[in-house]
Amino acid sequence: MSDYNFAYLDEQTKRMIRRAILKGIAVPGYQVPFASREMPMPYGWGTGGVQVTAACLVPEDRLKVIDQGADDTTNAVSIRKFFQRTAGVAVTEATTEATIIQTRHRIPETPLTEGQILVYQVPIPEPLRFLEPRETETRKMHELEEYGLMHVKLYEDIARHGQIATAYAYPVKVEGRYVMDPSPIPRFDNPKLSGNCAIQLFGAGREQRIYALPPFTKVVSLDFDDHPFHASKAPHDCDLCGAKHSYLDEVITDDAGGRMFVCSDTDFCSGRRTAGHIGRLGTDPAHSRPHPSPTNAEGGSLPPRGERMGVGAHRQVGSA
Amino acid sequence: MTAASLTGGFTAAPQQSAQAFRAILEAMARPGTIHLVAGASPPPPLSVAAGVALLTLADATTPLHLAGAADCAEVRNWIAFHIGAPLVAAGAADFALGTWDALQPVTDFRIGTPDYPDRSATLIVEVDRLAAHGACLTGPGIETVSWLSLPETTAFRANRAQFPLGFDCLFTCGARFAGLPRSTRVEAI
Repeated sequence: MSDYNFAYLDEQTKRMIRRAILKGIAVPGYQVPFASREMPMPYGWGTGGVQVTAACLVPEDRLKVIDQGADDTTNAVSIRKFFQRTAGVAVTEATTEATIIQTRHRIPETPLTEGQILVYQVPIPEPLRFLEPRETETRKMHELEEYGLMHVKLYEDIARHGQIATAYAYPVKVEGRYVMDPSPIPRFDNPKLSGNCAIQLFGAGREQRIYALPPFTKVVSLDFDDHPFHASKAPHDCDLCGAKHSYLDEVITDDAGGRMFVCSDTDFCSGRRTAGHIGRLGTDPAHSRPHPSPTNAEGGSLPPRGERMGVGAHRQVGSA
Repeated sequence: MTAASLTGGFTAAPQQSAQAFRAILEAMARPGTIHLVAGASPPPPLSVAAGVALLTLADATTPLHLAGAADCAEVRNWIAFHIGAPLVAAGAADFALGTWDALQPVTDFRIGTPDYPDRSATLIVEVDRLAAHGACLTGPGIETVSWLSLPETTAFRANRAQFPLGFDCLFTCGARFAGLPRSTRVEAI
């Protein structure tokens, strides 16, 4: 152990966060304000998710942290080390072995099970924020269930692009009441929000909001009768493991137009390769690197990729 | 204040409160499931589970309402030493503790406001019997249907009808407890 209190935060802070989580569970999709603390990492690196994880951790937990599906990127590695040091918990990269999974912008491909908790890092928790900047107004809109503006936005997508072009942070309606931002997960992951066996908790540190989805909550992606929602991905198979139905990252391999598509979920991909599945460019897993992990110069990884259509430039913010 | 008031709290607060919270989280997220907790020994008439819930969730920032037999000197002293929550009337409480009869009328408790539905009370209800059969529960956290022995159904149906407003309940019985958030639909069978 270390000189830190268990899971870093002091007990009074954890009680405050725990109360907010329980109210979030009681009102699925509603953003509960909480007194977010400064954490020993900058906003945009998962301070909200880290506080929720810290409030939920027990010494017996086995923690998995992913960043865009990858266990080995800077953000995931540093948060995993943070909790190894301050809580002394076991860690894992295997989705099936984890009891708490903190995620930045992906839901693991492997279905979650009862007893697991999925903690999302959320940059902007308010789905209406880019349509209405005033908190007083968006709060009133949630109060009155006045979500017409969101449908106008989706309609304008169709008018401009011929289809709903929102590829990530695709808005959902929870239990027929609150419109919720699922955090910037690709819309490919949206169907996994609904009816999930695991408890899903969302933490936004900079914006000081916590919200939650209890297990088996009904979550519907907003759409129109004549433009129904569909979960989209790049029309390829994984080049390493050959998976046809996993979400893919596009990796540029040279300056002559060469590229490859690989599973964004590294645990899923390496599990398949260990089981003997080999894709177009795949090799014997014993001799290959686990996964090319795309990161930008600042160390954080890139926004969701794989399908480059109509990603709203204004949504490219980090996760708080 | 007697020496007995000074004992009965957590001995390893960070770990014990974390374990207790996980049980409370699972109970609230899966209405109808019954969980076990340990670690507190509050003075009678408080149950172990009620003591654990208070130690885990309440502190000096959460006004607490003690109802009926729970509002006795021993309990007040124990709460003053271990938790420090201000004791208030029903309408001002974040947490309330007592038997279902003592907590009546439950319409006195805060149910939040339309813009801040989270500003509502959590009732810790001491019950004599807690079993996974009785009223039929559906809603978030329940795959198809679950059952829980509730003291009545009318009040919980009225509470659900106010959604997203409403109070949330934690039923405690000895070392066992179950949750009933406001989102759960309750039917008598």
